[in-house]
Amino acid sequence: MNNKKKYSSKAYAYTPGLKVKSFEVVRKTRLLPLPGDIVVELGSYVGFDTIVAETKVPGDPHIIKASSLLAIEPEELSNYLVKKEGDLVEKNEILAKYSAFFGLSKRVVTSPVKGYVETISNSTGRVIVREPETNLLIKAYIPGRVVEIMPYEGVIIETTAVFIQGIFGIGGETHGPLSIAVDSSDELLTHSKIKDEHLGKILVGGSKIDYSALKKALEVGVKGIIVGGIDDDDLSKFMGYDIGVALTGSENLGLTLIVTEGFGKISMSQKTFEILNDYDKLEVALNGATQIRAGVLRPEIIIPHRENVEAPIKSKSLDIGMVPGTKVRIIREPFFGRIGKILSLPINLQRLESGSRVRVLEVELDNEICVTVPRANVEIIEE
Amino acid sequence: MNSVRKAADEMNYILATDVGSTTTKARLFHKRDGEWRFLVAGEAPTTVEAPYEDVTLGVRNAVREVEELIGHQILLDDGRGLIKPFVDERGVDLYCTTSSAGGGLQMMVAGVASTMTAESANRAALGAGAIVMDVLAIDDGREDYEKIQRIRSFRPDMILLAGGTDGGTIELVMEIAEIIKSAKVKPRLGAGYKLPLVYAGNKNAGGDIQKLLDENVSFRPVENIRPVLEVENTEPARRAIHELFMEHVMSHAPGYLKLMDWTDVDIMPTPAGEGIAMQLIAKVENQNVLGVGLGGATTNVYSIFDGRFVRSVSANLGMSYSICNVLKETGIKNITRWLPYKIEEGDVKNRLRNKMIRPTTIPQTLKELMIEHAVAREALSLGLKHHKSLATHLKGALKERSLERALSQEVEEESYIKMMKINIIAGTGGLLSHAPDRVQSMIILTDGLQPEGVTRLYQDSVFMMPHLGVLSTVYPDVAWNIFDKDCLIRLGTVIAPSGNLQEGEHAFDVKLEMPDGVTIKKDMKFGDIIRIPLKENEIASLECSPHKALDIGSGKGVKREDKIHGGIIGVIFDARGRPLAFPDDDNTRRKILNKWYSSLKLYPIDFSND
Repeated sequence: MNNKKKYSSKAYAYTPGLKVKSFEVVRKTRLLPLPGDIVVELGSYVGFDTIVAETKVPGDPHIIKASSLLAIEPEELSNYLVKKEGDLVEKNEILAKYSAFFGLSKRVVTSPVKGYVETISNSTGRVIVREPETNLLIKAYIPGRVVEIMPYEGVIIETTAVFIQGIFGIGGETHGPLSIAVDSSDELLTHSKIKDEHLGKILVGGSKIDYSALKKALEVGVKGIIVGGIDDDDLSKFMGYDIGVALTGSENLGLTLIVTEGFGKISMSQKTFEILNDYDKLEVALNGATQIRAGVLRPEIIIPHRENVEAPIKSKSLDIGMVPGTKVRIIREPFFGRIGKILSLPINLQRLESGSRVRVLEVELDNEICVTVPRANVEIIEE
Repeated sequence: MNSVRKAADEMNYILATDVGSTTTKARLFHKRDGEWRFLVAGEAPTTVEAPYEDVTLGVRNAVREVEELIGHQILLDDGRGLIKPFVDERGVDLYCTTSSAGGGLQMMVAGVASTMTAESANRAALGAGAIVMDVLAIDDGREDYEKIQRIRSFRPDMILLAGGTDGGTIELVMEIAEIIKSAKVKPRLGAGYKLPLVYAGNKNAGGDIQKLLDENVSFRPVENIRPVLEVENTEPARRAIHELFMEHVMSHAPGYLKLMDWTDVDIMPTPAGEGIAMQLIAKVENQNVLGVGLGGATTNVYSIFDGRFVRSVSANLGMSYSICNVLKETGIKNITRWLPYKIEEGDVKNRLRNKMIRPTTIPQTLKELMIEHAVAREALSLGLKHHKSLATHLKGALKERSLERALSQEVEEESYIKMMKINIIAGTGGLLSHAPDRVQSMIILTDGLQPEGVTRLYQDSVFMMPHLGVLSTVYPDVAWNIFDKDCLIRLGTVIAPSGNLQEGEHAFDVKLEMPDGVTIKKDMKFGDIIRIPLKENEIASLECSPHKALDIGSGKGVKREDKIHGGIIGVIFDARGRPLAFPDDDNTRRKILNKWYSSLKLYPIDFSND
C-alpha cells in the first residue's frame, strides 16, 4: 500500500456535459404505448408531421354499482342483468333491471357512456363499462429516414442534425422555424422583442425571459422558446404552480420552453448561441421534456441538416473521463457558467470556503486565472 | 450472487457499497490486529441514468477511488469485476451492497379502509424499504375513475393489496381489486414481465382475486396483514416484497444483473439497510431511538419506540433531486428563516432550482452551504411529521379504556411518538455526514426534529449505516464492531425544555457536575442556546430546575436530575423553547440567528454585519 500519488491521471466523469453539437447522427425511437400498426416502409423518408404508427387505446372504464342501485345482494345481480360481458352498449342503455310486486317496484341501471360491458362481478355487484377505443397516432417528430421497424411497436428515424441539449424545459414535442430575437447571448428576451410576426416560430433569446414576455409569446402564438435562464418566480407564475421534482414534458401551456443554462439571469453559452444563429429561419424540432431522475432526460433542440453534411472527426468520448486539458464548464457558484481547462486533479481532499473537505480540480479560466473547484461542480464540454 | 464463503476470522477485507440515487459510496473494511475497522471511503456519481445506464460503472468508479487512496487493487485488471477472495495483497473477501438508485423500490399500496388495512399495508411496504407512491382505499375520498387514473399515471414496481379481516366480507377488497384490474397497470421497468402484486388481505377472497387479476399481474398471496382488527401482521408481506424486489425489480434495473453477480449477499434497498442499523442502536442501548436518513431523493425516518419499529420513507423530500419539493412543501419563508444573512427569496429559489437540475453539485461557498442546511432542517421536520402520521396506535382495534385515559382525552389518531420520550436521535445521509463541522449536523438534527427533555445525538461518521446494515445480515459481530468504533459518532446530549416564555425570561437553572469534579452553574434565559464541552465516554451529573411553564421531562416546573453523556460536541443547553418560534421582524430574526450560531461556533463566519 505504498503506491500513493499526489495527482490523479484522470477522474472518472462526474456530471455528463450537455451536448452542443453541429453534427450528430440523431436516431429517434418512436414507440407506441400499446402494440399497433406501423404505417411507413423501411427506408422511406418522413417529415416532421408524418404519421409513422397508430394503435387503438382502450377507453376509460366506468364502474357502476349495479346491485346497490337495484337494492339487491351482489350475488343476485346475474338474475337481473339484460347485458352480458362483451356486449356493446349505448349511453343510457339498460344494463340490468329489477321488478317486484307485479311491476309496481321497478328499478333500472343504465350505462353512463357508450362502450362495452367489460366485467360483471357477482362478488361486488358491480358492472364495468369501458368506453370505445380511440385512435392514437404517432408522428415522426423529426424528418429523416426510417432505419428500423419494430413490428407492432414502433420505428426508428435517423437524420443528421445539429443537436443541442438544454438543462431544463417544459412542454412537449413541437417544430417550427427558428427566429433569433436578440442580438447577443447576454441580452434579455423582453416583452417588446416579441412581435406578431413570431406566430408559429421558435424564438431564441439570450440570458433570460420573464413572465410578461412569456405571456406575450403565448398571445402571439409562438410555438417554442430557447433561452439561457429564467427566474423560478416567473416560471411558477407562467405555469400556475410550483414544480416539485423535475419531471416535465406533459404540460399543455401552449408553447415549449427550453432553458439552456439554468435558473436566474445566465447568458446562453456562446457556442449554443452561435450555432442557433447559423441556422436562423430553418425548421427546428424541440422537446422540453426533462427528467432528472430514473432515466435522465434533458430537453433537446434538433435542427435537421438539409443536405448531406460530412461527419467531423470523432469527438472525444465521455468514457475517457476528465484529464488535464479537458475543457469543462463550472456548474455552481461562485464560478457558475465559467468555462476553462483542467490544469490538475489533486488526489488529496482539500478544504473549500464552506469548510467541506472534498476532492477538487484546478481549472484555468478563459482569463488565465486559476481556480480550485470541487470535482462534482464541473461538467465536461464535448468537443 | 455468490455464496458467503468464509468465517469472519478467515477474512481480511470486506467491500460494501450503497448505490444511492445521486452517489455511489464504497466503504472498505479491514481486519487489523484481529479487529474489524473501517479503512477508507470512495465515492462516484451513480450511473443508473443515461448515458451510462449501468450501475456497475458507478460502483467501479467509487472502488477506483478507494484503490487510489490506499493503493490496494480491488478491481480486476479490465475493471469488469472484483478480485475475490483477497490473495497476494489484492482483492476483497466479501462484497455486499444496498441500493436506492433509479427511484428505489416504488410501490402502490391498496386496502379497504384508509385508516385500517390500507394503513397497515402502507406500514408493511415502508417497512420493506419501499417508496410508497400512493395509498388507495375504498374510503380515500376519491371517485373510482380518479383512482384508476392515478394508478395509470404511475408505473409502480410492485403493488401490495390488503383488505378485510379473515372470515369477514370479501366484497370491499374485491372492489379494490377490480379497480386495479381496470387500470391495466404496467410495471415501471420494462414490459417483459408481469407486475408483481402481493396479496395480504382476507384469505377467503384470495382465490377470487387471483382469478380476477391473474391475467395482469404476477400474484403472490401471503398471510393477511390484519387477520383480526386487533393484530397487525406485516412480516409475511414485508418478506414477500423483499423476495419480489430481487426477483423482478432489481433484475430489470440497468446493470443490476451484473451487480447481483458481483455481490455475496442479496442486494437490499437502502432504507432497509439503514433500518437494520437503527434497530441495532436501539437493541444495544435498550432505549427509544428516532433515526433519520436524509438522502438526495428521500427522507427516511425510523422509530424504535417502546420496542415497536416503524419506518417511513418520504418520497420526494430530499437534498438533491427532491430539494425543490421540500421548498414546495414548506414554503420559501420557512427556508430563509434559518439564514442569518440578507438574501432575496427569489435568489434562494433560483439556487435551489439549480441544485435540482444539477443534483450532484456541492456547495463551495459558506452561504450556499447554509442554504442547504436550512433546507435539511425543513426536510427533517416534514419527514418527522409524515412519520408520526404512520406511527400510530392500530385504528379500529377494540381497546380497554381506562378512566385515566378517558380523562386525558388521548385520541387514537395521535402518534404514540413523544419527543420527550425519545432517548436517542441518530442521523445519517450525505448532507449530515459531509457537514464540515459535526456541530452543524448536531444543530441541523436539533432544529429539524426539536428533541425535548434530555436526548443523546448520534451521527453516522462517513455514511456507512446502510452498508453495515446489509453486512450485519451475514456477519453481525463484524458489522457491530465497525458500527460502534468507526460509524457511530456520539455527538453529545441536547437538553431542551418544552414550552415557551418571553425572550430573555429566566428559563431554567443548570448545575452540572463534571467528571473532573468541577461544578458548572448556568442561569439559562429563554432564547439562549449554549454549548459545554463534555468528552465522549465522559458522564456528568445534571440538575436542571425549569420555570413553572417549562417541562424538562419530569413535569412542568419540576426539577430533573440525570446522568448526561458527552460526545465530540458536548452538551447543548437549548432554551429556545418548543415548538421553536421565530420573530416576525427580519432584522430581529437575523440578529437572533447570529447570536445562536456564534454561541455554538456553528459556522466560521459571523454574518452580524452582513
